[in-house]
Amino acid sequence: MTVRAVSPRSLRRRRALNLVMSGLMGLAAVLATLPLILLLGHLLREGASSIDLAFFTRMPKPVGESGGGMANAIVGTLILVGIAGAIGLPVGIGAGLYLAEQRRARLATGVRFLSDVLNGLPSIVMGIFAWHFLVRPVGHFSALAGGVALGAMMIPLVTRATEEMVLTVPTSLREAALALGYPRWRTSVSIVLRTALPGIVTAALVAVARIAGETAPLLFTAFGNHYWSVALDQPIASLPHQIYTYAKSPYDDWHRLAWAAALVLIGLVLAISLVARFVTRSRHGGVGD
Amino acid sequence: MTATRPDRATPTGEAREVPGLVESRGFNFWYGPKQALKEISLTIRPRSVTALIGPSGCGKSTFLRSLNRLNDIIPETRHTGSIRVGGEDIYAPRVDVVNLRQRVGMVFQRWNPFPRSIFDNVAYGPRLNGRPSRADLDAIVESALRRTALWDEVKDRLRQSALSLSGGQQQRLCIARALANRPEVLLLDEPCSALDPIATQKIEELLFQLKSELTIVIVTHNLQQAARVSDETAFFFLGEVIEHDVTARIFTSPKVGRTEDYITGRFG
Amino acid sequence: MAGAPAPAEQPAPPDDSPTLGGGSVGDRVYRTLTTAFAVAIPVLLAFITFEVVAAAWPALRRFGFGFLTSSAWDPQRELFGAAPMIYGTVVSSVLALILAAPLALGVAIFLSEFCPRWLRQPLSFLVDLLAAIPSVVYGLWGMFFLLPILREKVMPFLATTLGLARTPFFSGPAYGNSMLAAAVILAIMILPYISAVSREVLMAVPRSQREAALAMGATRWEMIRDAVVPYARTGILGGVILGLGRALGETMAVTMLIGNRHEISPSLFAPGYTLASVIANEFAEATNELHTSALMACGAVLLVVTLVVNGIARWLVWSVAREQKA
Repeated sequence: MTVRAVSPRSLRRRRALNLVMSGLMGLAAVLATLPLILLLGHLLREGASSIDLAFFTRMPKPVGESGGGMANAIVGTLILVGIAGAIGLPVGIGAGLYLAEQRRARLATGVRFLSDVLNGLPSIVMGIFAWHFLVRPVGHFSALAGGVALGAMMIPLVTRATEEMVLTVPTSLREAALALGYPRWRTSVSIVLRTALPGIVTAALVAVARIAGETAPLLFTAFGNHYWSVALDQPIASLPHQIYTYAKSPYDDWHRLAWAAALVLIGLVLAISLVARFVTRSRHGGVGD
Repeated sequence: MTATRPDRATPTGEAREVPGLVESRGFNFWYGPKQALKEISLTIRPRSVTALIGPSGCGKSTFLRSLNRLNDIIPETRHTGSIRVGGEDIYAPRVDVVNLRQRVGMVFQRWNPFPRSIFDNVAYGPRLNGRPSRADLDAIVESALRRTALWDEVKDRLRQSALSLSGGQQQRLCIARALANRPEVLLLDEPCSALDPIATQKIEELLFQLKSELTIVIVTHNLQQAARVSDETAFFFLGEVIEHDVTARIFTSPKVGRTEDYITGRFG
Repeated sequence: MAGAPAPAEQPAPPDDSPTLGGGSVGDRVYRTLTTAFAVAIPVLLAFITFEVVAAAWPALRRFGFGFLTSSAWDPQRELFGAAPMIYGTVVSSVLALILAAPLALGVAIFLSEFCPRWLRQPLSFLVDLLAAIPSVVYGLWGMFFLLPILREKVMPFLATTLGLARTPFFSGPAYGNSMLAAAVILAIMILPYISAVSREVLMAVPRSQREAALAMGATRWEMIRDAVVPYARTGILGGVILGLGRALGETMAVTMLIGNRHEISPSLFAPGYTLASVIANEFAEATNELHTSALMACGAVLLVVTLVVNGIARWLVWSVAREQKA
């Protein structure tokens, strides 16, 4: 019987391969984060100089006049997100509660699957849906149609996140409430939902961050507007749409504004993500023993 | 192999190049701040079966996993003291764990064949450690499967998935996989705790035959099993070795009260 | 929060004694409401499909199956065919996958197997952040940063230095706006999705499998190659297909970079079109009903393709999760 089956040379080769592969994986990690760093750097360099108070308070200026802001687009994005939230949050949270509580029901399995499929639909398809449903019959674009398209996108995001968060609520807590004589629905609403609330808020914020940057569903629903409008049945401006319009234009001034708007949009998305992380962390500190 | 066979374990800490001899001297081990092993000094004779017994959490599995340095993969662990296998300090800086783990095979509580064919499972070690010819590989696989009494059961379906075997067969396959690597020492971590009595009996018979070739260390919760299969037994309690002796003596006339309490079922 | 959960608004019946079957009025209302919201999801999906097909119907009825195979696109003569868009969608997405999948798998392996613990959290966060950047911002960055680099550095390098210009795939003038540009931006955009799913399935590989390999004397890389990746491969495949689904439907960044031309060219340097980008680009200038409907028909094709692709991906990822529970 040979005691040492491993020859030192093959061992050296295997060790070297191990080293090379770990290096390659590390390189992949560097390459993957490189675009992010380049993009954020470029954005800061191009956009930061154009951001001032006027950007937030003024209206866009016609071509040729420099300056101007994006007040209408900022307000428009807030309104669109508000409509989307009014649709996406109740439906998403309700469905999420159902999925978490009727985990094994056949309907739940189907809904879960279809909710994931819905989540994978291209955003432009949502735009077509809202256009044919709400724009074509009336004959004009509207903030409402844009909000509906975004709201439909939000539903699956909120649903699955709510389900996940509710499932983290310990069964013992629920059983304790039921044992105290709470009816089931009150247990769900006042105990389970309240305990899971920070998580659900996080999920809602992440969903908002996702849809706030969407352009494709708005192209033929909210459409965009160069003027001030807060009416729900009229076309409305939005930051992402404004970025698209300005980026395609041949004017340097507008390009600068597009960069500034992109920086604001990213800032918004990042701020929401960071708040969401903060909320999650305080939840772990608070509830987790 | 013609190394002289030591008749008994010598208490001296001297390194001797005896294949299969395992010597632990003043070995301590920590998971983070928690000390799991305290001053373990144990000599395990080559070509014998040594059983490690004791209540849950007493450190016997930790000790077993220290013998092939599998604990290395758990973050924030540290150790002091030494363990020698075949005379070589396995925690010395120049030691190659890959080489060590080929020499010290291991079988786990929950059988864990790879989701591949029966043949590929057994051939895994030989393929890693070199490029054996097709004929050599066939011979190695057949011999390992014969030694685990699996050959007749699986010889017609070597290409089938290992997961198609029964639990007991999968566990014997895992032993065959370890044997194909030609280890000096075989570590078994509660190998039968999830098996039925018949499968358990097959594995115990296997250990009888295998101990003529290599050193076997088995962790078990089942005291009857320890009494049946082992030549020597070490009783672990709260991270220490309370008593280590010939199995018959541990079970009939233990010297320490706590050992007796455990063996007679007064705790644990 | 904008929308308080509806059940909270239900007035509590004064005598709300709980019964074993959950039969109190409050319970029934609560259950009906949550069930209704859950059912809303399949209903919404069906409704979306219906509306999109209805929007596409005039064009689909006029051209039938020929819509998929024809390359004609002439709004004046009312002739429409989606073949170049289908070609562009498939080529740009597959090319993006070829670029992104190995890199994403590498990142996932690095994060789950090699990464020091202190680095794991921040690095995961950075990679996930790639998914949080809006498509239009990728497009903007692509137009002003990526295109010049492609045009002045990468394309000449591929064509001249590597001598690939002789092949039909890298021939023709390098404008920048091209299939290649679309594929590169898509690769960056889908990478975080593939790597997130892969990371999760890699981390879920049982410790017993890793230990089996290590105890046999495998190096860390051999353990990954022989035990971890094979065990996780179905889930990884699911992640890759999920990434494909994202790439197929991605609109804004592609519209801004692909060049928007109704032509099938083998050269990756040539401009092209995708199903999503043609809708985004031509909707505003569509003058007649049939043109609009043809654009919607592109959307319908896209909808069907992504439904199928996502269905497969989810099923793969799920079957892994179920296996691991069993």
